[in-house]
Amino acid sequence: MKVPLSWLGEFVELSPGTTPHDVMADLVRVGIEEEAAIGGEIQGPIVVGQVLEFVEEPQSNGKTIRWCQVKTGNGEADVRGIVCGARNFEVGDKVVVTLPGSTLPGGFQISARKTYGHVSDGMIASARELGLGDDHDGILRLVTLGLDPELGTDALELLGLNESAAEVNVTPDRGYCFSIRGIAREYSHATGKPFTDPVSLVEPKAGAGFSLSVTDSAPIHGTPGCNRFVLLAVEGIDATAPTPSWMATRLKLAGMRSISIAVDITNYVMLELGQPLHAYDLDKLDGGITVRRAQSGEKIVTLDDKERQLDAEDLLICDDSGPIGIAGVMGGARTEVSDSTTRVLLEAAIFDPISIARSARRHKLPSEASKRYERGVDSQVSAFAAARAAQLLQELAGGTIGTLGSDWSEQSDRAAIEMPLDFPSQLVGFEFSKQQVLDSLELIGCSVEAEGEVLKVTPPTWRPDLNHKTDLAEEVARLVGYEHIPSTIPVAPPGRGLTRTQKLRRNVLSTLTGAGFVEVLNYPFLSNEQNVWFSSDKAILLENPLQGEFPELRQDLLPGLIQAAARNVSRGHVDLALIEEGSVFRSAPGAPVLTLPIGNQRPSPADLEKLDASIPRQPRHLAGVLVGDWTPQAPGSKPVPAGLSQAIAATQLVAGVTGAQLELHQTEVQGLHPGRSAQLVVSGEVVGFVGELHPEIAEQSHLSGRVSVFEVDLTRLFDLAPEITTASELSVMPVATQDLSLVVSTDLPAAQLQRVLSEAAGELLESIRLVDDYRGAGLEEGKKSLTFALVFRAKDRTLTQAEATAAKEQAVSAAAEKFGAELRA
Amino acid sequence: MPELNPTTVQAALDAALEQVAAAQTAAELRAAKAQVVGEASEISKLNAEIKNLPGDKKAEAGKLVGGARGQLNAAFEAKLADLGKIERDQKLAEEALDMTAVAGTLPRGARHPLSLLMDQIGDVFVGMGWEIADGPELENEWFNFDALNFHPDHPARAMQDTFFVAPVENHLLLRTHTSPVQVRSMLERELPLYVLCPGRVFRTDELDATHTPVFHQVEGLAVDKGLTMADLRGTLEHFARVMFGPEAKIRLRPSFFPFTEPSAELDVWHPGAKGGPRWVEWGGCGMVNPNVLLAAGIDPEQYSGFAFGMGIERTLMFRNGVTDMHDMVEADVRFSKQFGSVI
Repeated sequence: MKVPLSWLGEFVELSPGTTPHDVMADLVRVGIEEEAAIGGEIQGPIVVGQVLEFVEEPQSNGKTIRWCQVKTGNGEADVRGIVCGARNFEVGDKVVVTLPGSTLPGGFQISARKTYGHVSDGMIASARELGLGDDHDGILRLVTLGLDPELGTDALELLGLNESAAEVNVTPDRGYCFSIRGIAREYSHATGKPFTDPVSLVEPKAGAGFSLSVTDSAPIHGTPGCNRFVLLAVEGIDATAPTPSWMATRLKLAGMRSISIAVDITNYVMLELGQPLHAYDLDKLDGGITVRRAQSGEKIVTLDDKERQLDAEDLLICDDSGPIGIAGVMGGARTEVSDSTTRVLLEAAIFDPISIARSARRHKLPSEASKRYERGVDSQVSAFAAARAAQLLQELAGGTIGTLGSDWSEQSDRAAIEMPLDFPSQLVGFEFSKQQVLDSLELIGCSVEAEGEVLKVTPPTWRPDLNHKTDLAEEVARLVGYEHIPSTIPVAPPGRGLTRTQKLRRNVLSTLTGAGFVEVLNYPFLSNEQNVWFSSDKAILLENPLQGEFPELRQDLLPGLIQAAARNVSRGHVDLALIEEGSVFRSAPGAPVLTLPIGNQRPSPADLEKLDASIPRQPRHLAGVLVGDWTPQAPGSKPVPAGLSQAIAATQLVAGVTGAQLELHQTEVQGLHPGRSAQLVVSGEVVGFVGELHPEIAEQSHLSGRVSVFEVDLTRLFDLAPEITTASELSVMPVATQDLSLVVSTDLPAAQLQRVLSEAAGELLESIRLVDDYRGAGLEEGKKSLTFALVFRAKDRTLTQAEATAAKEQAVSAAAEKFGAELRA
Repeated sequence: MPELNPTTVQAALDAALEQVAAAQTAAELRAAKAQVVGEASEISKLNAEIKNLPGDKKAEAGKLVGGARGQLNAAFEAKLADLGKIERDQKLAEEALDMTAVAGTLPRGARHPLSLLMDQIGDVFVGMGWEIADGPELENEWFNFDALNFHPDHPARAMQDTFFVAPVENHLLLRTHTSPVQVRSMLERELPLYVLCPGRVFRTDELDATHTPVFHQVEGLAVDKGLTMADLRGTLEHFARVMFGPEAKIRLRPSFFPFTEPSAELDVWHPGAKGGPRWVEWGGCGMVNPNVLLAAGIDPEQYSGFAFGMGIERTLMFRNGVTDMHDMVEADVRFSKQFGSVI
């Protein structure tokens, strides 16, 4: 809401010299936020002058200028020579002269300067140069505004050019603050300055005898679309009468364009009182007016000359020939006021906020009117607004307020809210006195009846947002001032600290970042192409993605990480080890819930279950990507490429942090190099994968060289990891170590052989570790020799070499049986 | 045969000591030792004479020669130690390295400062006995709006620019705040309730220097008997001091949110702000709207609650002097690496 200060000052006292910033600083205390200061850019001396004579002088550039003598005061010396490019004036015309030293909007400074062979001692201004509108057809002739001021009159004051405005942000609950009336009231609350309600300056007026029918066959949520409809005719207007500059200036400062006197007046009254008004050309109306819902297939051409298909939920204003307006949103073109209009019918109505909000959204027509209706208009202001507009039409367009019109109302009284007198103190934690409570409520316009310690409070008609005692408590707190609220710290019951999952998540991240990975956070939006690199499931699609090419929600973290890696590489960081932890989005386990439970009541357990089941599964994942070198070249050391070794180590660290036993199962994994990929398995369940990125994906992503990746379902891993670890006894008996080299097929993954050896060796085996993988001379083609270091230890005695050998031999025979493994000679 | 008397012993000792002292290396010293105490040495010869002396002279002579041998051995040990030290020093000098050219091979990683800051904020509240609650990022509309007193047609719903999942009839969306976690906490947990809800939220703002469609929030919720706005203020003041130092303070300004009544905007006095201390808009807060309590089946006549929320990106921006949102979302490794593990 943009609030011209002079307008505000009509209804609440403003100290001389008050600036927009002063006003905003006060308003913020009562909850109206500051946005911007407007105007105040134009500076004098700018005065009224009269053209005494001029000579037309054709120029070499084809233009003809006028060398004018302009009188800007009553003295002899007040005649100035001014060069003017416009030719729309006559000798004797009174004009606006910007004298040297003045400044026009946009910071344009006026000085006496030499041009077209003369020294121009100032400038004759156009309406646009003065910031008064878009009219640049020529200079502003004051006679067109109906003005005949004394020479030398300060034009800033005359035309309202020194006006400024405060732009404030109005929260959606305070519809009444979309009016000068509402802001003036709040300014009075903030400063204690006396407030005059503009409504109190007007006699309400509605005509009679005009045929009107208000019906609603399909109320939304049972609320009729209209509960008040006031019509008032004004006859004999001159629709071409100029809008006075003070009004044009205020409209402009308030963010509205000056269009024509009739339209300007309806807008002006809307800004002043918050009641949207519409002016029909009475002679274009066909019969009486009907307010009703639209029928399917109906159409209307709105004021913007667009044909709109109406919906059965749209509330319409109609005459006998059909729709003449979408209620509260936009009027129709057919009955529009034009230059030839002489009889105007003013409409001031109260519509259901929800009905208007839906129509405005449906037709994508958020208007000044719909904005106010959506937030609630004072239900009792209609006849005042109609009277005020009629009065202005009479004053400014020469009309006569007629008797024709109508006044229909189907409004019910609001119920009083009961509030214990001490309730605001209890909720806010500050002891408000009885007087503070009563004064605050009365100041905002409530009528209050005290019954013992309970107040019966009827909120004012412009505050539809006040419905509950907490709403009233806020008003009391707000008017007394939030700065009085004391400070106490409540004591929470003993907490349990972080959950196991929260601790594990933190530990996983600090372990991996401690090991050298850098954590990044990527958007979860992917293209369809990226989203099927590692998963074949159907992804979740956004209805309104920001970028059309990324409409899907990620099923895996890796595509985002790969993109992040490529971005880093393009910035010259070619050695990368990145990780990300975050949600991925999979399909929902249950059916969608098409009708939601109501809001202010706990849903049944069955409904809650359905709501939860409608939500897609969102496991937390952890993924990593490695490119370039892990450690760079340095004196005495070669670079260590970042690769599978680090990727696998990272997955082992993650599992280790959770206490889980991780196994690698060699297998092809979608999106990875078919021969360099493995599943991560915990307790027989696949929890992720590790391997080299498929070179095709790497190439598409502009990553060169080998790219190693891993992705782990942390949610699943944390579930599978032991919740509590039981310690095993540590034996201090000596160990017996044995090395074992077995020749097997090159196809056999070492881990698979190791698992068999480990099981078969029995409980004396303390550890087993692969120490060598040899291929080549001395071995058949297709064979490899795997060497393991085995450590045996008993709990209770020193093992003999014979016992250790026997255990090793059990392992060897199992391997021979299972994989045809042979001891290497 | 040399004559065994104090003079000859002294002379032999002096000569031997001279020889020990002359050794330049451990090897020379060993060779000298063989000469000065070996079979053929003067001292050994004098020692051999003892047995030829009359019985009453033997003890005295033994003492004399033994004393000389003792001195000689001590000189030898001292010399050996000296030479060892010299040789070690030499070796150390030869082993000198350019320490500034030694390459570190443990790479340094880094947490993302947003995720660190969220953890840090969590710790402040865990320290007060609060618990941390998590919830899904893709939510059913009921949890994000209806349960929070957003009427289906309320203009406040349009205020939040929401990402909807297709098709919209299914009422699924990316949460626009972490408040649905508050709703879930009220539905699932026992009262009294003190929870902090950090997490990722989504709004359809284009990325620019101060906006991002994906950002992080931390929200707090307390529901208990007799909670007041003074409790809200006290909690926020404590939080502000932990985050911005002991001189930090807060200011509440009246505002509107569907889910709180009374509602307030929260400003923090930031003593360490770039360009000097000043008020900074930090978040929103208020007393939980009775309709929100009702949505969770909590009796608003018995219980009251307060809630607050603030953006993590915004907090990081003005607290740690980040000037462009792009730095936080573009995953540039330099951004994360400039911070330590406590920010």
